[in-house]
Amino acid sequence: MADTSYVRTEMLPEQAPPPSTIGLIGWFRQNLFNGWANSILTLLALYFIYVVLKAIVPWIFVPSWSGNDVHECRALVAAAWGEGHHGACWGVIRERWVQLLFGFYPKELYWRPILAFILLFVALAPILFASVPRKLLIFSAIFPFLMVWLLWGGTLWLPISVILGFVIGWVLFKATLEHAGALIANLLLILAPIIWWLTACGGFANLMHGIIPIGIEPVESAKFGGFMLSITIGLVGIALSLPLGILLALGRQSDLIILKAVCVGFIEFIRGVPLITLLFVASTLLNIFMPPGTNFDIILRVIIMVTLFASAYMAEVIRGGLAALPKGQYEAADSLGLDYAQATRLIIMPQALKISIPGIVGTFIGLFKDTVLVSIIGLLDPVGLKQTINGDVAWTGLNWEIYGFICLIFFIFCFGMSRYSMYLERKLATGHH
Amino acid sequence: MASIPDQGTGGFRVSQLLYDTRYRSTTIQIIALILILLGIGWLINNTIQNLDALGKEPSLKFFGEPASYDINQRLVEYSSRDTHLRASFVGLLNTLLVAVLGCITATIVGVFVGVLRLSNNWLIARLMTVYIEAFRNVPVLVWILIVFSVMIETMPKPSAFRNGEASMLFNESLAITNRGIYTPAPMFENGLGSIRIFGESSLRFDLSLTFLAIAALFGVCFFISRKIKQRADRIQNETGDRPTTWYLRLGVLVVPMAILLWVLGLGWNFPELKGFNFKEGIHLRNSLLALWIALSLYTAAFIAEAVRAGIMAISKGQTEAAYALGIQPGRTMSLVILPQALRVIIPPLISQYLNLTKNSSLAIAVGYMDITGTLGGITLNQTGRELETILFLMLTYLAISLSISAVMNWYNNRVKLVER
Repeated sequence: MADTSYVRTEMLPEQAPPPSTIGLIGWFRQNLFNGWANSILTLLALYFIYVVLKAIVPWIFVPSWSGNDVHECRALVAAAWGEGHHGACWGVIRERWVQLLFGFYPKELYWRPILAFILLFVALAPILFASVPRKLLIFSAIFPFLMVWLLWGGTLWLPISVILGFVIGWVLFKATLEHAGALIANLLLILAPIIWWLTACGGFANLMHGIIPIGIEPVESAKFGGFMLSITIGLVGIALSLPLGILLALGRQSDLIILKAVCVGFIEFIRGVPLITLLFVASTLLNIFMPPGTNFDIILRVIIMVTLFASAYMAEVIRGGLAALPKGQYEAADSLGLDYAQATRLIIMPQALKISIPGIVGTFIGLFKDTVLVSIIGLLDPVGLKQTINGDVAWTGLNWEIYGFICLIFFIFCFGMSRYSMYLERKLATGHH
Repeated sequence: MASIPDQGTGGFRVSQLLYDTRYRSTTIQIIALILILLGIGWLINNTIQNLDALGKEPSLKFFGEPASYDINQRLVEYSSRDTHLRASFVGLLNTLLVAVLGCITATIVGVFVGVLRLSNNWLIARLMTVYIEAFRNVPVLVWILIVFSVMIETMPKPSAFRNGEASMLFNESLAITNRGIYTPAPMFENGLGSIRIFGESSLRFDLSLTFLAIAALFGVCFFISRKIKQRADRIQNETGDRPTTWYLRLGVLVVPMAILLWVLGLGWNFPELKGFNFKEGIHLRNSLLALWIALSLYTAAFIAEAVRAGIMAISKGQTEAAYALGIQPGRTMSLVILPQALRVIIPPLISQYLNLTKNSSLAIAVGYMDITGTLGGITLNQTGRELETILFLMLTYLAISLSISAVMNWYNNRVKLVER
């Protein structure tokens, strides 16, 4: 046997990859300049970015923060960058950012919305994070009433009286469940609070306030405004629409034809008309639908219509969650001998709601953005406040600074929430495989 | 309820209505129905009492009264002496106009952006992400107002065209001003005239026979062009060679149209600067433009996300298989991926079209006279008939929404059948 070998016996030393495929150059070639079409696109994009930045950057970076009106701003810009330089007038934001956040809410009471906002996160914690003690859920349930009380002020007995409605319903439910059966108990659970609120609620609050006056200074709705108003309408709307949406979704899924028809009709009607028409109803019609002599607050009317609006969308989100549950869950609940109410409360809803959380967050983002429409019916949300600010002689004609500020705040809120909901979606997706 | 009904001995007892699963659902429904009817009755009763107190008998007579306000952007002739019904009709057409225009542009932009966001080009993909996030996370009303302000503040005034500070584009035919865009209007020397539909009623409009003829010819040509393509497909299936047909198809589309336009005597009516403003031509007001652009860009951001989700739902194997067959990346996208992704994309697309149509009601913020601006705006304020106008406004939107979803669902079902 000759000692010629056709196969190499030792390994070749490793070579470095070609310099054009590694490092910065490699990355550039791979991601920006692979092929002539891509290169042209890249150059076009770079040119576009250059044009946009060239227009915007000199406008943003101007030392006009301390200007007290449009003319002072102009003088400051001209002093720094020369005559004829177009620059922003940031003085308006310095002077009015508080107003854009709080509207005309009394200055000495700002702590109340701020406290409500901080407590909001405490209330949200047990819903969003599983590791937080479950006991906090009680606080989450009370929070909506606490928030309304903190914002509007007045007697503490009114929110307590409203909560009492739920308590009465629950007590009657427990009391009748044994003797009269689930149907009557459930009916009482829904009807008793409604009757309480419509008849005795206000009287009870007044009576108790007469005996033991506890309360904080009331603030009228006309003073609400800015992002505080948007957040309030959005939050209250979403919180109230959740139970309504659950009922509508269950109704839409049920075998009971009349109930189903009513729910489908309501959902499709609300989803078929623009929110602005519902806001018109709030501003002009809602008082006509109520018993003669009723004249309740415009923000409350808006919240009622926004709640109805959101509940239709919420119902569709929850219906998606219900549909995503495996049929085995329903059957398992049936085979355990649970009745419909028990199965829904203990087996179906906890799972369906968990699946629906990203959709609920999405609905909330949409609702939060839609709250700016209230400016059309004359409420002072950020967009409405812009007109007020422009009405001031000192700040007349300023558009971009204020729009920029409004956009920025909305972007921070909505982007943050949408990222959170995406994170949640990923977390839930892995949990279900 | 999967339980076996109790086989009760003896006759029917009232308690069976509650405890027997055979009757219980009926009982629940009847109770619910009674409660709902009571609630509705309560609302109607309140309404009647309140309207009585205000002295407003519900009636639709106001629709026949003269509207006495002007609508500057309109598709059909209208004067302030026309009725409120006519004004609402003009508004309805304006709503449909901006909705149709918006849906078309939003779809085109949305598909482009959605595809580009998945591009290999890092910079382009990032730019598209910035665009999508910026538009999705800021309210559409703010965008409409911003676009409106951009048009008013950055475009030249008509007077700037007089002293040469600004000039018209495309050989003196297109003027972009802060009052809107003026484009040339087509004119026909030997036009076929028009016929009036619905006589002298409030819903009358003039149907231009000239445009009808052009549309009909286009339809026929398009049909023939499709036939040529189908024939080419058939030959390709039989023999493997595809006959070159692009010049035939182009010719069929272009030549008859050119002849027809020549016969009709097509001319252009160019906008001209007269006094302080442009006259003649077509005037697209900046309220319409702002609404159209903002709605399109806003909705396009959502459509882009739907398109991206649809494309990502198609398995990577499809792309790889297409590459293995030697199909170019661009054609892979248009011939292999997008047709399959369409199935996933259409349902969210439907809801985006609905959203765009509903959002077009924000026209009221920039003064574009759509149906919210006419029926729900000035007509409501002038007549004081809140109940009737808002009810009609809602029913109109409901009808539009239901029609859109009906058409799109029909299309969705058709695509599904073809695909399977």
